[in-house]
Amino acid sequence: MLNVGALHEGFVLDHIEAGRSMTIYSYLNLDKLDCTVAIIKNAVSNKMGRKDIIKVECPIDMLNLDILGFIDHNITVNIIQNGEIVEKRQLTLPKQIKNVIECKNPRCITSIEQGLDHIFILTDPEKEVYRCKYCEEKYRRK
Amino acid sequence: MRHLMSPLDLTVQELNDILDLACDIEANPKAYAHKCDGLKLATLFYEPSTRTRLSFESAMMNLGGNVLGFSSEDSSSAAKGESVSDTIRIVSCYADICAIRHPKEGAPLVASLKASIPVINAGDGGHQHPTQTLTDLMTIRSLKGRLDNLTIGLCGDLKFGRTVHSLIHAMIRYPNIRFILISPEELRVPSYIREDVLVKNKIPFEEVVRLEDALPKLDLLYMTRVQKERFFNEEDYVRMKDFYILDKKKMSLAGPDMLVLHPLPRVNEIAVEVDDDPRAVYFKQVQYGVYVRMALILTLLKWRDEKC
Repeated sequence: MLNVGALHEGFVLDHIEAGRSMTIYSYLNLDKLDCTVAIIKNAVSNKMGRKDIIKVECPIDMLNLDILGFIDHNITVNIIQNGEIVEKRQLTLPKQIKNVIECKNPRCITSIEQGLDHIFILTDPEKEVYRCKYCEEKYRRK
Repeated sequence: MRHLMSPLDLTVQELNDILDLACDIEANPKAYAHKCDGLKLATLFYEPSTRTRLSFESAMMNLGGNVLGFSSEDSSSAAKGESVSDTIRIVSCYADICAIRHPKEGAPLVASLKASIPVINAGDGGHQHPTQTLTDLMTIRSLKGRLDNLTIGLCGDLKFGRTVHSLIHAMIRYPNIRFILISPEELRVPSYIREDVLVKNKIPFEEVVRLEDALPKLDLLYMTRVQKERFFNEEDYVRMKDFYILDKKKMSLAGPDMLVLHPLPRVNEIAVEVDDDPRAVYFKQVQYGVYVRMALILTLLKWRDEKC
């Protein structure tokens, strides 16, 4: 069992699929934050076998966690205040994601138009399908 | 202010109203000859077009309005690297309404987000071509007398054929529509049409390769050209371009009331000998295209004024 009490204020992102913590580190732009970040890789998990965990010490309004729902909505977000877990947030798929992923369709206007936001819309929540707002190309995760 | 990016931007009622207006224009063209006096349509065509651009220009002139614009990327500031967003901001100062064709998918949507005038998508890459769909719907309604209870064969390039995608979007809103999708394996409809439109809405459809197998079952046959400009590889284009050729012999397999539509230009996919068959209505479609674009221009300008 990990001691999350060491954090005064921040997040513990638990149940990350083993090996994906650095991807999430990158998506959340944690490299740009001037705060303490701990990454635990391949921790033993009863539920998952192996898992990754990220602990971030920062004000709780500092991170946009919507993107986590897009990456993996099975991640558990523990919000820590005054050293205590005050909330376990359930993630949902965001209806729209902006400037996180890019459209790979070479015929899409995003391939040539400067300064255009890359926006993907959730078109099928059941199948977790996101499509480019402009050309409707499906985003392929792998 | 409203724009037209996809046929689905219009409700069925709005669509019917536009078709009704187009029919009235067809019956009484003189009554509409000065409806757009003093107004200007900008036609921003970043890729070649004959029918669509001339149809828009003819439509605006028939309404008493004027037209300005360009007919290729080379003759616009796009050649200097100007973005679509900047171009439309500038054109908004010159014109009252705009039709834009662009090889990149989603370019008209980008324009609509920055425009202060109504924007009409006049074709964006292999994506959407809503005014062709309005033309197709008017042709079908005028000549078949209905937009429901139809078995529609779509033949040719169903992958890059934007007219096909737009028509599918529009027709599924009417009851008892069934599609037979006729194409080589490589040119089947993209997943966002098959999964998100047909399967999701439980629209009956089958995918076949042989045109002959489908012909006896059809109320409408919508032929399309294999578009050279959509292929990155010349070899693939050459292999596909003459995959389907509709000729008199094949037409003999079809019912006496089956109509043949084509968004044009036609290359080899319909033999010239078919043109005289009364079931071949693709040239009538062109005339309907002018009426329906007149109706659309009037409607978008009316909506703009109502909001003001």
